[in-house]
Amino acid sequence: MLHTVNKSPFESSSLKTCLSLARGDADVLLIEDGVYGALSGSAHTSLVAEALGDVRVYALEPDLKARGLSRDRLIPGIEVVGYDGFVELACANDKIQNWL
Amino acid sequence: MSRAKKFMYINRHAPCGTVYAVEGLEVVLIGAAFEQDVCMAFIGDGVFQLQQDQDTADTGMKNFSPAYRALGDYEVNRLYVERESLQERGLTEEDLMPLTWEDEDEDWAEKSSIYIVDQAQLSDLMDEQDIILNF
Repeated sequence: MLHTVNKSPFESSSLKTCLSLARGDADVLLIEDGVYGALSGSAHTSLVAEALGDVRVYALEPDLKARGLSRDRLIPGIEVVGYDGFVELACANDKIQNWL
Repeated sequence: MSRAKKFMYINRHAPCGTVYAVEGLEVVLIGAAFEQDVCMAFIGDGVFQLQQDQDTADTGMKNFSPAYRALGDYEVNRLYVERESLQERGLTEEDLMPLTWEDEDEDWAEKSSIYIVDQAQLSDLMDEQDIILNF
C-alpha cells in the first residue's frame, strides 16, 4: 500500500498515525507540508528514523525545494523522488491511502 | 494626533501548505504604510517561512519568500523568531534568509532584522503590544 502524508508533523498527528499503522511492505510518501517530516535533527526525526527500519519512506523533491529543504538536511534512508517517482509509486501499489 | 499603536503580527504556519503566510505578509506590508509601530513574531511552523533558498518553480506556485526582504524598507525591522521552535525543527539562525534594514540615523548602516528570542522574552514582547494579530 502507498501512504501519502501532506501535513507538517508539528501541526498534525497524521504522520505519527500513518507510521504506527503502515505495514512492512508499505511505501510512505511525504508531500506538501508533509516533507517537514523528512528533516533530520527535529523533534520527529526519531519517529521517522525508527519507521525506516520497517517501511520505505520517500519525499517529493519539488515540495522540498519549494520549502528550501536541501537533501543534506534529510534523515538518511529517505529516498527523494520527483513527480515521475510519485506516479511510479502509485502504479506499483494496489491501494493508496491519503492521510489528509 | 494619537501615538502610534504597537502592533505584533504572529506567524504560526508553514509557508506553502496554506495561505496564512502569504496573506499575513500582505497584511503586514499594507499595515506598515499607516506608520504604526510594527513587529513580527515567528512561532511554531511559522519559522519555516524564513527558511533560505525557497524555490517553488517545480510546483507551479508563486514564490513569495523574496517579499520578506521588502519589510526593512517599510520599517518593519524587528522580526522575532522563537528559539524553541527553531530547535524543535532542527533549524539554526544560519538556515534563515538574511533580512536586513538600513538605519538612516547611522548613515544607512545595514542591520539585521532577525532576533532569536526565547519563550520568556517573547511573552514579555507580547505584553508590550497594543494589538496582536495571528496568521
